Amino acid sequence: MDLLALAFYVLSAIAVLSALMVVSARNPVHSVLFLILTFFSSAGLFVLLGAEFLAMLLVVVYVGAVAVLFLFVVMMLDVDFSSLRQGFVRYLPFGAVVALILAIEMGLTAAAVAARGAKPLAAAPAGVSNTEQIGRVLYTDYFYYFQAAGLVLLVAMIGAIVLTLRHKPGVKRQDIAAQTARTEKSGMRVVTPATGQGIVE
Amino acid sequence: MSILSAIAAPFDAFWPTPLGWTVLTVIHVLLISVVLLICIAFILLADRKIWASAQLRKGPNVVGPFGTLQTFADLMKFVFKEIVVPAGADKFVFILAPLISTVLAMGGWAVIPFAPGWVISNINVGILYLFAVSSLGVYGIIMGGWASNSKYPFLGGLRSAAQMVSYEVSIGFVIITVILLSGSMNLATIVEKQAGGFWNWNVFGGGEGGWWHLVATVVMFPMMVVFFISALAETNRPPFDLPEAESELVAGYQVEYSSTPFLLFFLAEYVNIVLMCAMISILFFGGWQAPWPTPYLAHWWPFWVSAHGFVLMAVKILFWFFMFAMVKAIVPRYRYDQLMRLGWKIFLPTSLVAVAAVAAWRVFGPLTGQGA
Repeated sequence: MDLLALAFYVLSAIAVLSALMVVSARNPVHSVLFLILTFFSSAGLFVLLGAEFLAMLLVVVYVGAVAVLFLFVVMMLDVDFSSLRQGFVRYLPFGAVVALILAIEMGLTAAAVAARGAKPLAAAPAGVSNTEQIGRVLYTDYFYYFQAAGLVLLVAMIGAIVLTLRHKPGVKRQDIAAQTARTEKSGMRVVTPATGQGIVE
Repeated sequence: MSILSAIAAPFDAFWPTPLGWTVLTVIHVLLISVVLLICIAFILLADRKIWASAQLRKGPNVVGPFGTLQTFADLMKFVFKEIVVPAGADKFVFILAPLISTVLAMGGWAVIPFAPGWVISNINVGILYLFAVSSLGVYGIIMGGWASNSKYPFLGGLRSAAQMVSYEVSIGFVIITVILLSGSMNLATIVEKQAGGFWNWNVFGGGEGGWWHLVATVVMFPMMVVFFISALAETNRPPFDLPEAESELVAGYQVEYSSTPFLLFFLAEYVNIVLMCAMISILFFGGWQAPWPTPYLAHWWPFWVSAHGFVLMAVKILFWFFMFAMVKAIVPRYRYDQLMRLGWKIFLPTSLVAVAAVAAWRVFGPLTGQGA
């Protein structure tokens, strides 16, 4: 067995095991940490495939940003562990159906690939890294789909902001422009109080 | 030279084998780690000395001549203390957190090109790798803060997570402007394209397109400033050291840490700072390239060419570290909402516009038809 195969089996074993731990860990924070490990080993599998750009994107986007927010939310929420366990039997049939559908879909795909044979990718022209290749495909052949995906994300982002943005009346806000525009005249008042009287407002 | 090659000759067949490659890489990694750690020891001292001089103090001056061995005394002190794990702490995550911090901080150095050919792993997506590693650094802090099972560390961890995620976005966009300018994600290629004098450095618009490239300074110089400030925030340095603001949070995420785990957090922080200095030198200030044209290098032996580049790289890193230290000495701490405002409302739009401007410059400017 060569080193590549060894690395593949080690990485996929870690990925599968930590994915199992994501759903079976008792502590939700541990679940998120195992999820991060899963992402990480999947990134390793991408590197083995020679897709280093995708691997780095997976790490930057999912591990570096998305999972941090997951962790943030899970830590902030005061999760009651025992109540999480209670619904397990009730949700079991539903979860089993979803899992079954997923398994059937994967089986169908695998069978189709096995019957027809995997379509080999067009070989990269010499001197073109896979980053450049992805860029070329994304910005030429699939340009409109790419833009449409960006538009969908933009709409989702605006939706999230609209849902959560609310201006409470009575909250003091800092207006930096107004602060820096203050002059001696507008920000200061010079008074000469008479002796024994002080300042009367 | 002939004696050296005679000694090395029996190994020529050994190095390309898988075992030889592994041995060679391990030697490289050990060499860089050891040299880096020793340098960090003195850089730490320099940090304290610079800070002291800015405040008209003497700084550490007792251990060794001029206090040079202070860091080693501190190391001994940390190592010989007892590791205290708080009663309610998640023990595994508590110990794991400083280890993750240190491993990630050291891991970033794997792709840093110190000099022509002096790099452990010259990968095509080196800059993305660096970005990924620096964005993962937040895990050590947030895990340490959570696992301590105590209020101050937890608040410090949350602050740090929010802060680092916010400033990563602008760092990402600044990196994209550099990638657009050099047309490559390979750090060695990015450095090579800045050859020929300081006016060819990326901060002055990169080395392509004749003198016209200087126009891009208008965008790239502010981008360098944005990168430097974001690097301060990314490494939790003052004025952005809110995660460990002692007046509010005692010591933030590291309150419960003592002994070697604390040492590891401390070390990771400094390794990350020097890594950021190396990044800014490579991305904007030509890495190992000299600020003057270097036609004389053509007659030098490859080793001396590399050594020449290494010295220049080290000088640049040290200069940027000096800037980090001075900022710590002279700038007051930000308030948290101002920090968020700066990241999201000023840096993010500015760097976004800069990405569009540099992309337009590449497509419609005088560089049209060259390279990418």
